[in-house]
Amino acid sequence: MSAPVQELFDCRVAFADELSALAREDERIVAVCNDSVGSSNLVKFQQEFPDRLINVGIAEQDMVGVGAGLALSGYVPFVCGASPFLTGRALEQIKADVAYSRSPVVLCGMSPGMAYGELGPTHHSIEDLSWLRAIAGLDVVVPADPAETRSAVRWAANAARPVFLRVGRFKVPAVTGDRDFTFGAASRLRDGSDVTVVATGTMVSRALEAAEEAAAEGVSVRVLNMSTIAPLDEDAIREAMRDTRAIVTAEEATTTGGLGAAVAAVVVTERTPVPMRMLGVHREFAPTGNTAFLLEHFGLTAGDIRQAAIGLARADV
Amino acid sequence: MLVADPRTAAAWRSFRQEFADAGPERRREMLRERANQSRTADLHMIGRAGLGHVGGDMSVLDILTTLFFSVLRIDPEKPDWADRDRFVLSKGHTAGALYATLAATGFFATAELDTFAGPLSPLNGHPNRVKVPGVETNTGPLGHGLPISVGMAVAGRLSASSRHVYVVLGDGELQEGSNWEAAMTAGHRRLSNLTAVVDRNRLQQGARTEETNTLDPLDDKFRAFGWDVLEVDGHDHLALHEAFTAPRGERPTCVIANTTKGRGVSFMEDRVEWHHKVPSAEQIVAAEAELAR
Repeated sequence: MSAPVQELFDCRVAFADELSALAREDERIVAVCNDSVGSSNLVKFQQEFPDRLINVGIAEQDMVGVGAGLALSGYVPFVCGASPFLTGRALEQIKADVAYSRSPVVLCGMSPGMAYGELGPTHHSIEDLSWLRAIAGLDVVVPADPAETRSAVRWAANAARPVFLRVGRFKVPAVTGDRDFTFGAASRLRDGSDVTVVATGTMVSRALEAAEEAAAEGVSVRVLNMSTIAPLDEDAIREAMRDTRAIVTAEEATTTGGLGAAVAAVVVTERTPVPMRMLGVHREFAPTGNTAFLLEHFGLTAGDIRQAAIGLARADV
Repeated sequence: MLVADPRTAAAWRSFRQEFADAGPERRREMLRERANQSRTADLHMIGRAGLGHVGGDMSVLDILTTLFFSVLRIDPEKPDWADRDRFVLSKGHTAGALYATLAATGFFATAELDTFAGPLSPLNGHPNRVKVPGVETNTGPLGHGLPISVGMAVAGRLSASSRHVYVVLGDGELQEGSNWEAAMTAGHRRLSNLTAVVDRNRLQQGARTEETNTLDPLDDKFRAFGWDVLEVDGHDHLALHEAFTAPRGERPTCVIANTTKGRGVSFMEDRVEWHHKVPSAEQIVAAEAELAR
């Protein structure tokens, strides 16, 4: 019997729908973009609110500065651009104009990770979590599916502080059910007693799949959806260390400073650390290939997560 | 966050009233005297702190004084007033000049200037809006003020507000490409509620601007980006006042203010080494005597 076909979603659709809905309720909401009306899925927003879509053209430093100026004038700007360019090109603006100036801008990194597959490392955004987690006062949020994206957009619009929202393009199944996004809190999507998998974004559905497969092999896996990377829910990590014997992290990002590094920083500073495996990209530029291929190439499939979890569960530690 | 000093704010209001009622010669004298008082305050701040950007401070102070004491629609006792004019100092390294001006306006007590750059002082080496009223955004890295000001001008348009946005840019700073991204946006959107003032002292940290990376013809550059351009003597207060308040067309305005780095202190004027050299106690005495003339 074949498995039921899972419906998959591009989170940008939920993002744009929710943004338009918010804009109808709140005239402070504006969108700022870098010639990315289409790729940020803002076509409908532009049609409905032509004056409230500020397209500065291909100019990311200007885009973030303009967003800061709007935020400092009482608007709630959603500054949208492909994540590699938004975060890479305008990093100093994000640091100085948004975070350090405490300008309540919502930075929306669209199509992050390796969503642009074959376009190559110039268009991948696997460094963004490392870069942004190092910036004081900037919240880093990575929704896992359309429902959580909607909920996070709504939260961000009212957060009144600097936020980075990573909005996925690579299609994912619905995994969060009717849980609302809760800022700063890990969401336990499945409980388990042997190993905890801490996953974010596209890796969450794969972690759930891995847990199901591991159960069939007698290994009980807890799955945490860590949709806030900064500030990290450290209590959830300590709980995982108490309740399970090991931790696997999984992220479509470099392991040099993102989720894995954040979790490890908690684990090693506890009195009794637990063994860990960090799944992600280890300081490598991707070869040519589509997103699905690249996730496989870098060991980011459900099978890889299952293997890491089972390996830790069975290791003599 | 520092708080307003009501007595200084009242004095500032009287100054503004007297200026409004005065003839040209008196106006010129009022602003000249006020600017030189800020120069003196700034020299003492830098002397005490042992750091600062004295050359650029002296260069920009006539521009800042003219704006705060005769142009900006602001209220130092209501720094969050929604319809206030916005002022952004993009060349954030001349924070000393800004602090001296803000204190003289009454945004905070003049005594606070003594803490400049000291441990835990709100008066950091570059301005911080979270700590200092009257500072609209944190600047320091160059090329940030103009994009932010463009955003403020877009916001003013969206809100149908009559407030105006003024941003002061260093000339060397214009080598940062982000300025030209923002200049393009301002021209494209015809942001007539935006005035950029270029402190054109022709010196950057290490050398003359034109020997480093040519900026001229700066007026043509801004015109080509869709701006109206005025060029004035950046130490002529009445010319500055006129440029800042001139009837506006349908385009953003760039005021190229031709200035002298180190202005007002003979041994500092137009000398590259005074970018951030700290004057000795004797040099401060000598400078003060020149400024009191």
